[in-house]
Amino acid sequence: MATLEIHDLHVSVEAEGGPREILRGVDLTVKQGETHAIMGPNGSGKSTLAYSLAGHPKYTVTGGTVTLDGENVLDMTVDERARAGVFLAMQYPVEVPGVSVSNFLRTSATAIRGEAPKLRTWVKEVKEAMQRLQIDPAFAERNVNEGFSGGEKKRHEILQLELLKPKIAILDETDSGLDVDALRVVSEGVNRVAESGEVGTLLITHYTRILRYIKPDHVHVFSAGRIVESGGPELADTLENEGYESYVKGGASA
Amino acid sequence: MAETIPAGATTEGAIQVGHPRDARVSAPASYDVADFPVPHGREEEWRFTPLERLRGLHDGTAVADGGVKVEVTAPQGVTVETVGRDDARLGKAGKPVDRVAAQAYSSFEKASLVSVPKDTVLTEPVRIAVHGAGGTAYGHQVIEVGAFAEAVVVIDHTGDAVLAANVEYVIGDGAKLTVVSVQDWDDKAVHIAQHTALVGRDASFKSVIVTLGGDLVRLSPRVIYGAPGGEADLYGLYFTDKGQHQEHRLFIDHDTPHCRSNVAYKGALQGQDAHAVWIGDVLIRAEAEGTDTYELNRNLVLTDGARVDSVPNLEIETGEIVGAGHASATGRFDDEQLFYLMARGIPEGEARRLVVRGFFGELIQQIGLPELEERLMAKIDAELEASV
Repeated sequence: MATLEIHDLHVSVEAEGGPREILRGVDLTVKQGETHAIMGPNGSGKSTLAYSLAGHPKYTVTGGTVTLDGENVLDMTVDERARAGVFLAMQYPVEVPGVSVSNFLRTSATAIRGEAPKLRTWVKEVKEAMQRLQIDPAFAERNVNEGFSGGEKKRHEILQLELLKPKIAILDETDSGLDVDALRVVSEGVNRVAESGEVGTLLITHYTRILRYIKPDHVHVFSAGRIVESGGPELADTLENEGYESYVKGGASA
Repeated sequence: MAETIPAGATTEGAIQVGHPRDARVSAPASYDVADFPVPHGREEEWRFTPLERLRGLHDGTAVADGGVKVEVTAPQGVTVETVGRDDARLGKAGKPVDRVAAQAYSSFEKASLVSVPKDTVLTEPVRIAVHGAGGTAYGHQVIEVGAFAEAVVVIDHTGDAVLAANVEYVIGDGAKLTVVSVQDWDDKAVHIAQHTALVGRDASFKSVIVTLGGDLVRLSPRVIYGAPGGEADLYGLYFTDKGQHQEHRLFIDHDTPHCRSNVAYKGALQGQDAHAVWIGDVLIRAEAEGTDTYELNRNLVLTDGARVDSVPNLEIETGEIVGAGHASATGRFDDEQLFYLMARGIPEGEARRLVVRGFFGELIQQIGLPELEERLMAKIDAELEASV
């Protein structure tokens, strides 16, 4: 069973006046089949955690370890991490001029699966996944994320999640900027993948709204660069009622 | 009709929309170089071109030394001649419109003349190899296609040269001509040429310009319609590297009713001081009712330090047209795009190839000659490898 283990992770970014530490000792274990929600106020470092796990060059790991089934993730390049089974659904998916969605999906699936998917089954697979996410078939011929609305971008991210079948899926504020309908469609996609039992999901969110559609097994509160409290789904209800205020203060004094 | 400029697109270039001040050039077109003043660099038609790199082609100091060879290989049925300056078939497509083109017209000694007789449909392309061995030359080529004939011509420029040339395409009624001009020069070459097409009644002209090499390449493709019903499709692809100046200046003169034109040029740039210039002038004159025209320029900036100037100009003197539009967009391929593709398992080199091949793919397909298409894609891949 695939397991992502994060131990005492410290991460800095280059800022004016030298490096600034954003993650200050994150400990977290995500197993295949589990859904973890990481919740926290703006600026707490949630997205930094997501991008650090995917290997974004902007972030420098200064301490700690990340392993996937015992393999050192931090030694891998960005593409190696993806091929090892780490998937990051981005909050702000990037436009890629000149590359059609269909070409992108196929190239990506070929890289992840280690061989080109058979054309006939692939076309069907993509078509069905697009239908489930209510994505217009004409999408396949558009350039990746170019001119997509916020909701279209997020659906496109979840489409990739469904097709690439990672071991660990990190969803970085996938709910932000979505209207209720889009939120439902996207959440259903995430649930389909989770229900397969083959993915460990790390759902990063600012709002509790998405938790009406996606039921986490574990909820973690993130503040000032680390997890300050962990619990079951009931913790989300507490946050819904009380907000992050007590954690922000606690984080500041820690 | 305008394309959306991708969010985050940043180039140092300019996108202007306005009246084509150079649709009617600052000096009237002429065969005689003496009719053009020596440019100083601030003229509309010279303002993007680094004159100091023209090796004297613009001021009369460049001296021809015969170091450029032209070889024509043509299938049966095609007449290939080398003719003198006084041949009556020269200069029919149109006059030179700038000083370097006029210099070339005033200075060439022999012209290559390729004639495809009427009703002849070629199954093999005519190949014109222009190879420079480090020399300076003034060139002139004429390609005549008779009524209802069909031909594909590939002009391949290689080696090192300082070359100023005029190429004329005279396309008969109902004829179809496709010309692929590849500028695959060595690093130091300077190439300035005017390509003038005179499109006959119901004739079709397709031009595919592929500019990869050279220190400075400046091409001016021009289309003039001799009679109604003519069609022109002008495609272009350039890959501008570090320090290269590649300039394409198009002019389509809709002076005749019921003609169609379509322009699509795409360029990729990489490296410090890579400079691409695209000027797309379309003039729809009052008498050109029923005109249908569209032009597009897209640029993909792969690294910092490159510059694009993209200037579409559309001047419309009649409202009785089918359509007229233009679009210009410049976007960059940056580290975030690379991260996005790599985060989907795609290795770095493949990610870059994916983007650039995708960007150029539909234009390369316009060539229609598989072995040439493959050679050009391989060339583009090699240019990319060099930078990574």
